Amino acid sequence: MSIDVTGLNKKFGDFVALEDVNVTIPTGQLTALLGPSGGGKSTLLRIIAGLEKADTGSVSIEGVEATHLPAQKRNVGFVFQHYAVFKHMTVAKNVAFGLEIRKRPKDEVEHRVQELLKLVHLSQFAHRLPSQLSGGQRQRMALARALAVEPSVLLLDEPFGALDAKVRKELRDWLRRLHDDVHVTTVFVTHDQEEALEVADEIVVINEGRVEQVGTPDQLYDEPANDFVMSFLGEVTHLGGVSLRPHDIELDSSPRLAGGVEGTISRMVRIGFEVRLTVLTVDGDEVSVVVTRAHARTHGLAEGGTVWLTPAAGATVVPRMAAAV
Amino acid sequence: MIWFSALVLIPLAAVVVTAIDGGWDVFWSTITNGQTAAAIRLTVFTALGVTAVNVVMGPLIAWVLVRDRFWGKSVLEVMIDIPFALPTIVAGLVLLSLYGTDSPIGVDIANQRPAVFLAFLFVTLPFVVRMVQPVLEELDRDVEEAAASLGASRLTTFRRIILPSLTPAITAGAALSFARGVSEYGSLVLLSGNLPFKTEVTSVRILSSIENDNVAAAAAVATVLLAISLAVIVLLDLIQRRVAARG
Repeated sequence: MSIDVTGLNKKFGDFVALEDVNVTIPTGQLTALLGPSGGGKSTLLRIIAGLEKADTGSVSIEGVEATHLPAQKRNVGFVFQHYAVFKHMTVAKNVAFGLEIRKRPKDEVEHRVQELLKLVHLSQFAHRLPSQLSGGQRQRMALARALAVEPSVLLLDEPFGALDAKVRKELRDWLRRLHDDVHVTTVFVTHDQEEALEVADEIVVINEGRVEQVGTPDQLYDEPANDFVMSFLGEVTHLGGVSLRPHDIELDSSPRLAGGVEGTISRMVRIGFEVRLTVLTVDGDEVSVVVTRAHARTHGLAEGGTVWLTPAAGATVVPRMAAAV
Repeated sequence: MIWFSALVLIPLAAVVVTAIDGGWDVFWSTITNGQTAAAIRLTVFTALGVTAVNVVMGPLIAWVLVRDRFWGKSVLEVMIDIPFALPTIVAGLVLLSLYGTDSPIGVDIANQRPAVFLAFLFVTLPFVVRMVQPVLEELDRDVEEAAASLGASRLTTFRRIILPSLTPAITAGAALSFARGVSEYGSLVLLSGNLPFKTEVTSVRILSSIENDNVAAAAAVATVLLAISLAVIVLLDLIQRRVAARG
């Protein structure tokens, strides 16, 4: 296993950033640390990189005990949200930095820089300054710079967080393809569930300093360990004593199935092919339901109409958390 | 441009014109006059020396102010500006009472050359510090961390990443500090004693020329100072470009 984190605790003053975190990150995969802002995921990444010191616990990278190694000796590539470019150096010099301080022969450095710039599609910008590049280009340069030293793991801290939505999406796809080519163990931090679900092989969900669940995107979406993971990975509504997805509720205009909950449609909005309903049940719950437009038409749904709700067969259902009420 | 001309260029031109009014020979004999030449040498070399000290100490003090946390930091922050804010003659008085003949700490440098050096050092202290400080505050910690994760030692990071970013500010501070040194009057007249050939600086020399109704001589000295200041500023700019390009 590439990165092993055991029993990690970290406090900033009174604020608990990480609490007894144990994670194992597999070699050669693309892993996402996913969670809300301030949940501790960046702190965990920075501790792995040696940029922050844990209060207790240990970190090992590729089987090497790294807890007390300084950042310089960990052989870790790190990419920052705001690019952290060396402003006074050209793109090529930025990428060459790690190799130059390792005193590699000049022609080797040049060759490797060319190779990397080609990989990140910046060959024609080699002699520009970072200030002449767009945000997306700067981040690709930062990535090439981190890859230049052939790190055993590549860590990215909200790498696309400062970019606009379109570039973000492009870079996300590009990172996935790059990883398929390079295969270096990669961990990236994100608070965007769509980004994590789309790009990662494996997702570690972190909230309030604790690991909530570890699994593949499918596992997390289909078998969330708790209400938090479920609500973080998609829309959630509550019916009876359980949480479930709005599209996993079956809706009938007559009490056809046993256990159906009766309610009145209080709001109905059509967005493209789907229809979003808010149903006020006789138990006093306000339930969101998503049905297809065809379904709504066959049942003749309209605001004020009476319907019966049941969880769909095979729906992902999680007992409702007290705090979420 | 008009504003700049009215305020700076025209008066400067007037000084130069006055200086060469009496012809090249008069100009030359004035500035090669033993006493004047000694004053110019003293002023320029001391100002250079002080600037060199400031170039090293200034960034160091700025670093401490920006990066370290310690008790009394906010007080120090304010104190840095005192030499700048203080009327120079008050600074002179302060220096005289501390390092004069009746020095309470037993250091008597009155009427000696170190007095000039000390006075220059005192009044020019804030320049480099205040120029470097905001740049250092703006500097991303990310960038240093990026260098560290690429394997750079702290020294390498400082030399290759931080220093090039600070160079323009250090240069600007050095230029100001040199200019202030050359023009200094108030803070050193009391302590240095203004002894000809020993502790007399150019500004004192100019004043005494004026008092003897020799405006041409005063203007000649002023012109030389002008030329030297210009040369130093250009030189510092060249150094800055070279350091910045080295990266």
